[in-house]
Amino acid sequence: MTVEVRIPTILRTYTGGEKAVSAAGSSLSSLIDDLEANHPGIKGRLIEAGDLRRFVNIYVNDEDVRFLGGLEAPISDGDQVVVLPAVAGG
Amino acid sequence: MRFDDLLASVGGTPLVGLPRLSAALGSPDVRIWAKLEDRSPTGSIKDRPALRMIEMAEGEGRLTPGCTILEPTSGNTGISLAMAAKLKGYRLVCVMPENTSEERRQLLRMWGAEIISSPAAGGSNEAVRVAKVVAAEHPDWVMLYQYGNPANSLAHYESTGPELLADLPEITHFVAGLGTTGTLMGVGRFFREHKSEVRIVAAEPRYGELVYGLRNLDEGFVPELYDAALIDTRFSVGPRDAVRRVRELLELEGIFAGISTGAILHAALGQGAKAAKAGERAEIAFVVCDAGWKYLSTGAYEGTVDAAEERLEGQLWA
Repeated sequence: MTVEVRIPTILRTYTGGEKAVSAAGSSLSSLIDDLEANHPGIKGRLIEAGDLRRFVNIYVNDEDVRFLGGLEAPISDGDQVVVLPAVAGG
Repeated sequence: MRFDDLLASVGGTPLVGLPRLSAALGSPDVRIWAKLEDRSPTGSIKDRPALRMIEMAEGEGRLTPGCTILEPTSGNTGISLAMAAKLKGYRLVCVMPENTSEERRQLLRMWGAEIISSPAAGGSNEAVRVAKVVAAEHPDWVMLYQYGNPANSLAHYESTGPELLADLPEITHFVAGLGTTGTLMGVGRFFREHKSEVRIVAAEPRYGELVYGLRNLDEGFVPELYDAALIDTRFSVGPRDAVRRVRELLELEGIFAGISTGAILHAALGQGAKAAKAGERAEIAFVVCDAGWKYLSTGAYEGTVDAAEERLEGQLWA
């Protein structure tokens, strides 16, 4: 299934400046592989040593994937995926 | 209720039911409760951690009369520290992102704090970075550092958590904002120990792109206090949902809250809808962090939601 992935400013060098791109996959992991196939280099910015990078947050329908199974989080048709760098609040 | 002075009155806030918003969820077994932290001495939940951090530093001998306190803050923690510092005789220097509301700056100055502005791009990350530079230049100043200070979450472990359990023994969910992570870590740990089935839900504000304008990903920031094992799920809430909910809270329940509370309510209602759909009982308590006064100038409370959303773009609204 194909879903929309929103890309933060800092990673748009990999998407030719596009704010949102399409990617296909039934899990977050396969979705990221598909992203990498079309936007080489982006995977290494999201994943390190087989896990999400510490300062990268990914949300599926606004929920943090770390609480949905991490890279194994299921992706369904119509889901909205958002990638954001971790920043301070408070 | 009678207290020796203002500082002694911190904590003990009311928990009020939201019958109209709860009824809209369509199940008599699902109820939403608001913990009114705006009823704190300086009007926000941050009075609890600010006072606890000062007391702990005093107890450890790090803070002594005449000391200067330094803190990176987007507003509320600074305002709470300023009040406590004034009453206790400390000087306070706050490092604050320039894209925060004018009301917060005025309040800080009013309570006697000095403000160092940090660049808007990068938001609180940048304030933390600047504060660390200033701290290195002034080794005699005491940086309480809310993002890594155990007294921040301890304040909620010792007071907010027990108050919630006493007022709502049947509680099933606790929902709060994720900034320094202090509220969720403290209350989360309290419930893990005392009523482990309570679901701990984080609502994280999603700002406009300017705030995420890091130079590279390695400049990202996760507060040292954060322990993902103490929460069960975490939602990112944008300004549109926050504004919509903060207006509903006023319209239906008469509560005038700050914008970040709208984001928290959005997550709380999401949990409520889920429980109602599953036919489960739910008693959901969420935090009203502060009232709306400080955010009137942002235009969040008037006009269309579209226009309000646009005005919040690039601002640190939570």
